[in-house]
Amino acid sequence: MKMSIREAINLTLHEEMARDSRVIVMGEDVASGQGGVYGITAGLPEKFGVARVIDTPITESAIVGAAGGAALTGLRPVAELMFVDFLGVCLDQLLNQIAKFRYMFGGQARTPVVIRTMIGAGEGTGPQHSQILYPMLAAIPGIKVVAPSNAADAKGLLAEAIRQDDPVVFCEHKALYMTECDVPEGDYVIPFGRARTVVEGSDITLCGLSRMAVLAAEAAAQLAADGISAEVIDPRTLSPLDEQGILDSVAKTGRLVVVDESNPLCSMASEIAAAVAEFGFDYLDAPIQRVTAPHTPVPATPCLEKEYVPSVSDIVEAAKKALDY
Amino acid sequence: MYRNQEAIAVGACLDMTSDDYIASTHRGHGHCIAKGCELEGMMLELACKEDGLCNGKGGSMHIADMSKGMLGANAIVGGGPPIAAGAALTAKTLGTGGVSMAFIGDGASDQGTVAEALNLAVVLELPMIFMYENNFYAEFTRNPKPEGRIAERAGSFGMPSVVVDGSDFFAVHRACREAIERGRSGGGPTAIEAVSARYYGHFEGDPQAYRDEAELREQREAGDPLPRFLADERASVLDAARVADIDAEIFAELDRTVELALAAADPTPDKLYTDVYVSYEGRAMQ
Ligand SMILES: Cc1ncc(C[n+]2csc(CCOP(=O)(O)OP(=O)(O)O)c2C)c(N)n1
Ligand SMILES: [Mg+2]
Repeated sequence: MKMSIREAINLTLHEEMARDSRVIVMGEDVASGQGGVYGITAGLPEKFGVARVIDTPITESAIVGAAGGAALTGLRPVAELMFVDFLGVCLDQLLNQIAKFRYMFGGQARTPVVIRTMIGAGEGTGPQHSQILYPMLAAIPGIKVVAPSNAADAKGLLAEAIRQDDPVVFCEHKALYMTECDVPEGDYVIPFGRARTVVEGSDITLCGLSRMAVLAAEAAAQLAADGISAEVIDPRTLSPLDEQGILDSVAKTGRLVVVDESNPLCSMASEIAAAVAEFGFDYLDAPIQRVTAPHTPVPATPCLEKEYVPSVSDIVEAAKKALDY
Repeated sequence: MYRNQEAIAVGACLDMTSDDYIASTHRGHGHCIAKGCELEGMMLELACKEDGLCNGKGGSMHIADMSKGMLGANAIVGGGPPIAAGAALTAKTLGTGGVSMAFIGDGASDQGTVAEALNLAVVLELPMIFMYENNFYAEFTRNPKPEGRIAERAGSFGMPSVVVDGSDFFAVHRACREAIERGRSGGGPTAIEAVSARYYGHFEGDPQAYRDEAELREQREAGDPLPRFLADERASVLDAARVADIDAEIFAELDRTVELALAAADPTPDKLYTDVYVSYEGRAMQ
């Protein structure tokens, strides 16, 4: 069935709450109003009651921490951190508490908590509401990080996130909510750590994360018009990362462009480039190209924000550079 | 955006100078004007233009003017109070006699950062005012706390706290004058809960379906601070003609600055790389 990412997430929350009574949803405005600004949790309170769809005060430390504590003791909370930027408010609960439980307690504890959060620029909302930050999260052992780029992946990965037993941060790019695709009906679960081949090709690999997978596919279409066959790979989960899937593609194409909307230092683009340089050196016919945002905060003004976010033409240019090497 | 809460910012900032500080919120436009930010720079920033107060990089939720002691609107709910505490520490350490005020929504009042700032202000005896704006809503969620609970909570940290009618300019001003004097004379922090009603929805086009229509209508009318101000005998120096003149003057200035802002230049692309600690522009990294 054709649906948007927004609808797929809403549907999956409905399905998982119906399937398992231990699943609860909590966060700011998840029950009130229209299910948040984007209506992601719309209909849940009517269906499952406000005891399981819980409006919280504006207290991110308590939201994330309590979701972790509830997960530690038998519930399977899906907590909403409205924007990933608010990680700044609640980082201790995630970094020093939730992420550590399983290991630090010698394997006795599991923490099946999902933290859904919005990422990304494109809405002109400025430095404190537009960041990506997933590289920071992926750098923390003890947290899994997921960033779907289409509705089918959103459904399958969210179902897996809720059903598996470890903490997951589920990153939803706000500029992708309305993008539609066919979504399998019924039970649909995607295991973590498997990249998806978005477009098959043989001349160059474009590896795009989150929204950048969509832009990479557009770049591939433009390159095709020039007779270049680009393969587009979406890792889908950043931790665990499907290094093998990316390497397999590079083995075939010999060239790699990694596209990441985050800042370049210590980014996922750097991580993927390092992995391919280390394990796929023999495959490479050209230097790996990283296309990222610049090393600056996200400016509010739309004209600079447009410069900030990697564009299709940036990707095409990087691909041509690798091909012309 | 700030409609019907104007008496709070005006009453709060009237006795402050540019050497006093405020830390604002996401609902900051009124605070900016009351603290003396030039309308022109503000409008240009709202329109994200090159010559805006923050060169268009901050936009609506981050308007700041250091020269006026306006330490920034803030898109992080609860982000301001610790910053304001730091500014109060500067005033105290340097002995400037300045005070610092944090504006805090009813929703923000729950944030841990606010509790930590309250405690710090008491422990360090800071010249600080916690100016709560209780409009009973946080986005689409009604604040379940009864009126006065916020002031009570702040008071429990060990500082004087009062509840005032946020639509009554004179009441707000009296409370703030006392708090500012207390701060300037070394008497430490004060908390003020100003009660008002949010006029518009949380975002442009929010139909506010979650609010009772009759109640909202009633609150909109009763909450307008201007008729109440004008009806007060202390405002009697202003006759109707003078009020009309002031209105005309303000509307003309608003029209002028809005027009100017809309026509102003966008920042040039190279501005993306200015005001960073390390510029990677043109380097391999970039
Ligand atoms: C840390 C953080 N959490 C959540 C939000 C999203 N948010 C923006 S405004 C708002 C409501 C704030 O309510 P209140 O403090 O009462 O201020 P009001 O809007 O009523 O002036 C929320 C939850 C945010 N910007 N920052
Ligand atoms: Mg409020």
